[in-house]
Amino acid sequence: MDNADIVLQLQGISKSFPGVKALDNVSLTVKKGTVHALMGENGAGKSTLMKCAFGLYHPDEGSIFVGGQQVQLRDARDAMDKGVAMIHQELHPIRTRNIMENIWVGRVPYKKVGPIHWVDEKKMQADTQALFDELEIQLDPRRSMGELAAAHCQLVEIARAVSYGAKVIIMDEPTSSLTESEVELLFRIIRRLTSQGVAIIYISHKMDEILQISNEVTIMRDGQLVGCWPAAELTQDLIVARMVGRKMESRFPPRTPNIGAPYLEVEHLTSANPHSFQDISFTLHKGEILGLGGLVGAQRTELMESIFGLRPIASGTVKIGGKPAKITCAQDAIQQGMALLTEERRASGIIPMLSVLENTVIANQTAHTRQYTGGKLFLSEKKRQQDTQQYIDSLSIKTPTTKTPIQNLSGGNQQKVLLGRWLLTGPEILILDEPTRGIDVGAKYEIYTLMAQMAAEGKCVIMISSEMPELMGMSDRIMVMCEGHLSGILDGANATDERIMMLASTWQKAPEGGAVQ
Amino acid sequence: MTTKKKFDPKQFIINNAIYLILVALVIIITVISPRFFSLDVARDILMQSAVRIVVAMGCMFIIVSGSADLSGGRMVGLTALVSASLAQQAAASLKFWPGLPELPAFVPVLVAMLVGVVLGGFNGWVVAKLKVPAFLATLGSQMIIFGFSSLYFNMEPNRSQPLGSLTQSFRDIGSASLFGVPYIVMIALVVMLIVWVLQTKTCLGKEIFAVGGNLEAARVSGINVFKIQMITYSLAGALYGLAGSMEAARTASATSAYGNAYELDAIASCIVGGCSIAGGVGTVGGVFAGVVIFNVISYGLTFIGISPYWQNVVKGLIIIGAVALDVRKYSAKK
Repeated sequence: MDNADIVLQLQGISKSFPGVKALDNVSLTVKKGTVHALMGENGAGKSTLMKCAFGLYHPDEGSIFVGGQQVQLRDARDAMDKGVAMIHQELHPIRTRNIMENIWVGRVPYKKVGPIHWVDEKKMQADTQALFDELEIQLDPRRSMGELAAAHCQLVEIARAVSYGAKVIIMDEPTSSLTESEVELLFRIIRRLTSQGVAIIYISHKMDEILQISNEVTIMRDGQLVGCWPAAELTQDLIVARMVGRKMESRFPPRTPNIGAPYLEVEHLTSANPHSFQDISFTLHKGEILGLGGLVGAQRTELMESIFGLRPIASGTVKIGGKPAKITCAQDAIQQGMALLTEERRASGIIPMLSVLENTVIANQTAHTRQYTGGKLFLSEKKRQQDTQQYIDSLSIKTPTTKTPIQNLSGGNQQKVLLGRWLLTGPEILILDEPTRGIDVGAKYEIYTLMAQMAAEGKCVIMISSEMPELMGMSDRIMVMCEGHLSGILDGANATDERIMMLASTWQKAPEGGAVQ
Repeated sequence: MTTKKKFDPKQFIINNAIYLILVALVIIITVISPRFFSLDVARDILMQSAVRIVVAMGCMFIIVSGSADLSGGRMVGLTALVSASLAQQAAASLKFWPGLPELPAFVPVLVAMLVGVVLGGFNGWVVAKLKVPAFLATLGSQMIIFGFSSLYFNMEPNRSQPLGSLTQSFRDIGSASLFGVPYIVMIALVVMLIVWVLQTKTCLGKEIFAVGGNLEAARVSGINVFKIQMITYSLAGALYGLAGSMEAARTASATSAYGNAYELDAIASCIVGGCSIAGGVGTVGGVFAGVVIFNVISYGLTFIGISPYWQNVVKGLIIIGAVALDVRKYSAKK
């Protein structure tokens, strides 16, 4: 191998945390101008490895070479100075400042007059513009960061990485919150970067994307290296088999839908927020899985959170089992047999410092306190423990003990704890908002199986999803929203990518400013 | 992945720092002055700690729920005044409420607690309903309460004279003992027990932790966040009221200056005792140790003849050290 072509090399990296060996002698070689995909189930060690490469963690053993030189990365800034950049899955821009200040933060161009460093706004804007022109990003450098959609925030972050002269850019689940057209835009930028010799390390769970964009694929399992292959030699089935170490039969569990009587009836529901959804009517039947598709900004989350009582409603009715239901807070909803797994696991899901146990029982304990106290004052520790253990077993949650703080678990396991939290409330209507986002294939399949099982038991399931295959693979019917309006409901059997996309953009009046087209 | 269960001395020290520091302090002082290690000294320190413990328990509720409270000290001051004004002897020379008969000792205590509940409820309402950030809401109510204290203290015929001539039964709360254990210490211990049970054994306690740990997640899980915030502030108010009457009974007096800056000591004790200022973390044992440690310092340093002015220096260093350790506890994973 020609050494000049290797921009980043990790050799024999090992890293342990108290109680866990997260990385065991893992090596990775990334060549100039290529996209190198890094795959593995949650907890396989991908993120830990990348945090070592980006200086956030210091490996216990092994060495790191950047551009042929062995380096010790002190921290993220050091890594960036040496040419390694990372785009995190969850971005934290400074929303109150504008785009160019976000890009140059920490190294703002200045003019020195006497003892004072004056910010050189002109140069900053020109530099940013030049950077954007080079990457074909169509954004005004002076726009406030807070106005930007997730996809645009990501572009800004990429531009920032380029401005540091990054030779390697690590992207952790870059498409997890992007719509399909935004993914196209991202891919265009990635191709442009690789043509300029930049290498991309691409972490994702989405097979089609990986096969489409990457040159090489490294697969990890349980903190160890499985191997590295040229993407051309791989297929989805091969990748899955190597990731899980077993053969995955199918991506979706088989099911025979048994649709029953109407159960949830929503009529002319309009949000109290004039910019949100309007006049939404739909019916959900027992035993049905209803997919809810649409682009970012279609107000799908807002609709579901309003039905669940978290957001105020201006008009319209919700009937459950034929009876009008008055739901003004989450507790009403839970007592009516509803459960809502929210989209933002960190913001509105987990209670990070509390234990797996507390996180599991909290909703049921609040809504059905009697189950835990038997009408007395004190909680039954035994019952709490039993309920938690039941879901640790049935959802195969990987956790050392029930007392472990949930923040120590991997993302997929956190998500399963949250699912357990809701299943424990014995829901008749289970609403899942992007339930498989950022989750590995194994856990995904388990969540699909669970949905199928719930439906088979005659429960109703609503799944908001931005992933087409998932929408089409799991739903009996697909409801599509666009800019707060219900644009159509498709039968699951004859839904296609094109028809869903059509409906998702039906209400679109004018294309948004910026680069998304 | 392998899981190893091994005794890690570094982790043990980090997790139990507060107790170790307390033991170390006692040992050091005892080595210098062996008479320090005695039951009498322990009882003195506990008596001095009792009021602070009750205030800190109230403060802990609020910190665990992810909020803050700067009004606690002034609430102690006002309730000390209220309880003292209702606990005067019938024949007191300068009586606050002339003509008021001598009341059983529990009456002033209950009234003080009720006043605390009302004021705490006001704090809760401002924070939970008006959505004023807790730090600022309670900074405001701190001033309001001190204003009312001064007005009450200055009422005719009292005109800002220190309240005295309290009934024997009321003063007994602060100074009498049963089998050598002062009542005031018993009250503090009972309060700790109740708070511990409430926190660890009841649904309310768990909901307070959840609200402090992640308010949005708590709301989605069906917890009535408004109710929880009202309850935590009211409960804290009740404890401040109890502390106020304990303080009046202990000193057999009261002025509007009582309780000044107690809230800062309480916050410091909570933080030193392992509460997270971000909410969601806190234990009765830790906060108790936090209070005691400060009293061991003031008592112990005086005991071995070090200038009392050094006390604040040592206390300040301990606060900074405790938080620095705490930060490491949560970033220990890196």
